[in-house]
Amino acid sequence: MTAQAVDPAPGAPAPDAPVEHRTVETVSSKAPVILAVLTGLLALLLVAAHHPGDVRFALGSSHDFFEIPVIVVPGPVVAWGGVVVMAALTAVAFVLTSALRRHVPAWVTVPFAVVGLVAFLAWAGAGSPRDLSITGLISGAIALSIPIVYGALGGVIGERAGVVNIAIEAQLLLAAFTSALVGSITRSPWAGLVAAMLAGVLVALVLGVFAITYRVNQVIVGVVLNVLVIGITSFLYSQLLVPNAQALNTTPRFPRVGIPLLERIPVIGPAVFNQTVVVYLMFVVTAAVWFGLYRTRWGLRVRAVGEHPKAADTVGIKVNATRYRALLMAGAVAGIGGAFYTVVSIGQFGREMTAGAGFIALAAVIFGKWDPLRAAFAGLLFGFASNLQSILSVVGAPVPSQFMLMLPYVITLLAVAGLVGRSRGPAASGVAYEKE
Amino acid sequence: MRLELRGITKRFGALVANDHIDLVVEPGEIHCLLGENGAGKSTLMNVLYGLYTADEGEIVLDGQVQRFAGPGDAMAAGIGMVHQHFMLVPVFTVAENVMLGHEHTRGGGRLDLEAARTQVREIAARFGFHVDPDAVVEDLPVGVQQRVEIIKSLARDADVLVFDEPTAVLTPQETDELMGIMRQLRDEGAAIVFITHKLREVREVADRITVVRHGRVVGEASPTATDAELASLMVGRAVELTVHKDAPVLRDNALEVSGLVVTSPDGQVMVDDVSFEVRGGEVLAIAGVQGNGQTELTEALLGLQEDVAGSIRLDGNELVGRSVRQVLDAGVGFVPEDRNHDGLVGEFSIAENLMLDRSDGPPFVRRGALQLGERDRFAHEKVAEFDVRTQGIDTKVGRLSGGNQQKVVLARELSRDLRLLVAAQPTRGVDVGSIEFIHKRIVATRDAGVPVIVVSTELDEAVALADRIMVMYRGSVVGIVPSTTPRDVLGLMMAGIAPEGEAA
Repeated sequence: MTAQAVDPAPGAPAPDAPVEHRTVETVSSKAPVILAVLTGLLALLLVAAHHPGDVRFALGSSHDFFEIPVIVVPGPVVAWGGVVVMAALTAVAFVLTSALRRHVPAWVTVPFAVVGLVAFLAWAGAGSPRDLSITGLISGAIALSIPIVYGALGGVIGERAGVVNIAIEAQLLLAAFTSALVGSITRSPWAGLVAAMLAGVLVALVLGVFAITYRVNQVIVGVVLNVLVIGITSFLYSQLLVPNAQALNTTPRFPRVGIPLLERIPVIGPAVFNQTVVVYLMFVVTAAVWFGLYRTRWGLRVRAVGEHPKAADTVGIKVNATRYRALLMAGAVAGIGGAFYTVVSIGQFGREMTAGAGFIALAAVIFGKWDPLRAAFAGLLFGFASNLQSILSVVGAPVPSQFMLMLPYVITLLAVAGLVGRSRGPAASGVAYEKE
Repeated sequence: MRLELRGITKRFGALVANDHIDLVVEPGEIHCLLGENGAGKSTLMNVLYGLYTADEGEIVLDGQVQRFAGPGDAMAAGIGMVHQHFMLVPVFTVAENVMLGHEHTRGGGRLDLEAARTQVREIAARFGFHVDPDAVVEDLPVGVQQRVEIIKSLARDADVLVFDEPTAVLTPQETDELMGIMRQLRDEGAAIVFITHKLREVREVADRITVVRHGRVVGEASPTATDAELASLMVGRAVELTVHKDAPVLRDNALEVSGLVVTSPDGQVMVDDVSFEVRGGEVLAIAGVQGNGQTELTEALLGLQEDVAGSIRLDGNELVGRSVRQVLDAGVGFVPEDRNHDGLVGEFSIAENLMLDRSDGPPFVRRGALQLGERDRFAHEKVAEFDVRTQGIDTKVGRLSGGNQQKVVLARELSRDLRLLVAAQPTRGVDVGSIEFIHKRIVATRDAGVPVIVVSTELDEAVALADRIMVMYRGSVVGIVPSTTPRDVLGLMMAGIAPEGEAA
């Protein structure tokens, strides 16, 4: 080693400049390929299952400020027209990525999705004597998205604090059960809602004890919790609720509350502004979680312990206490989602009635890139897919019902696998914090 | 504030990391804590900062005995620390990092980001930094990240500042600027503890020097002591600080790299049109600040990078597009920069690690079965030859010291019939005694007629080993210069400024 003193070098650039490497644009051609495949599939469907007749799109309801008449169009014509537009947009996407080396912009993908949806509906609803109610489609989508959105918000909070919550399904299910039971006993949906939140907190607490305090693998704890809650609720359901269905499993539900004036806006009015209080609360909670995470001291600390717990520790933040608080709060949020099944939707508990919504919520967390607004939007999308299935069975679409039941899950899979792109979760999510 | 540590003892199981350490740091002085890796310096500072609890001894600030339950207490008492591995949240902005833990809030727990921004700007202006409070930390170069760490401590009114190996990640120029900042802080009355193992820095900036070895204070030294004196105090015996090597005898065999471009998956050109040649019998050192493409270059040589264009020819054979197995079989030896991550399996024994890259056939595997006898014979031989200090060949590699781990990697790579040796950061986290040994083996490999590439972010090491030095900046080659090039010219090259008469 030599040991000359270093002369202060004149003219050296400020070392503040970041190490910038030259970049070349790498554009994946995945997006246009997906668009092409979807277009092809729809065309194939139209050929293979030709389905003549008119389709009746109902856009309004008698309640609106003004009435929009039912639009009656020939189904195959609209469907094929849609395919042509989709093919054109796909071609545009190919040109953009290969020739101009640009990413596929939203002004291609969004119209593609809308046109594709209309074309699909035109095909499915052709020849049906019933109206295909767009308002009903949106309204039902919002209702069905409730558990997914709340579950996803709970998942976002937990993961932002560094705890992976696979047990959202368990939280939803136990909350559904508890709210049915408490709602039936007290005859109050509000009491049922509070009980549901507590049930979500209880599951979160068990998860926290194992994942945070005892540093057990978080994925395993979550999976075990899911199975455990299925077991417990199924057992109690058959032993307790079924024999006493009148007393213990018949809860009053939240009524729909219309917001004056707003509910009379055509199409979206009845869909968005004539819902139960749990739906309005969903919008409030979504905004609150966003504000809390990004604009408050609480959120800064939660994100810090989820990204770099040791850094948080070295500035005096109690990492595990922060994680517990966030996880329990997330449990309460997910619990509201579970209450949907009983005190909003059907007024009674059924065995395994959440049917995997917690896992769809987990997908929404990732699809939403751990951001509350995006995750809530993803939840709405998945809710839409669920509702599409029920609407299509109502109009009598020529698809076997089993295939229709798969639709929400297929859409979830496509969305998460194909459209998310590169996303990066909180760095310390799933890693227990241990002081040396 | 006057800091006094009295009889601090910290044990981890049977290991005594700190053995009755006494240390006094006066306000307005820079006190250097000098010692090798593993001497117990960082443990001592973690005790001071409340991250560890001492088994014995006490921390005294201005005559008051302190009890720290956690870093929060230490900070409240006025102790700030610039950690070796920065304690910054990468995805947060500078202002968010600085405010974290003592946030100013407005009504409803809302963050007052503006107050934090103002604070960052004020402190930055006081020291002449240029730090944008709204820049995201992970986008900043390490030198600036370190300033954010300093600002973080100052924002909490720290009177005692601990710098834990702060220069490991800096260019020579950045190091000089850091020294300037430390002097300025001292002149404002702060008590500064500067932890390092680099002798030159110690002599340049220290007011007092305390030397630690094996967890004990072994003596104080004056800043006027020579390197040799400090080194022997630090290691406990006389150390040879220079690498002895004869003039290179160049052979015909060579590695020729031309027009090499390595692109990362997100489109960054990490290695940008790099061409060079290394002949048999010479060492080419690749110098540069960490993250300027050295990692990607060495990985491309081994076939570990996905998107590689250009040509890598070893003895005339093209290596680009070959699998790692084929590259190894072509005679490339590779010492990765992070041996725990890429070089060794910590939970495997020394013997298993030594045969790790030859599990596909004789002599260690026959008909799919491991040849344990052959494996152990080989391991005993290599442990002896490379002076790996261990209880036995069945010891898990993860339990060895950094120097001994690196000897295991080197033993494995050098035991094949090499046509090229690529050694990335060969002495990072390695004790001085092992550094000597590793340097000798690298020079011996060169003298045996093998082309050798050494990547080092430590300019001293690059200069000591190299016959020629190639400096990289932002993925490009700034220049290839003789190893006799003055340090300040090399320093400028590391900042991207080509010396006159040399095309960038």
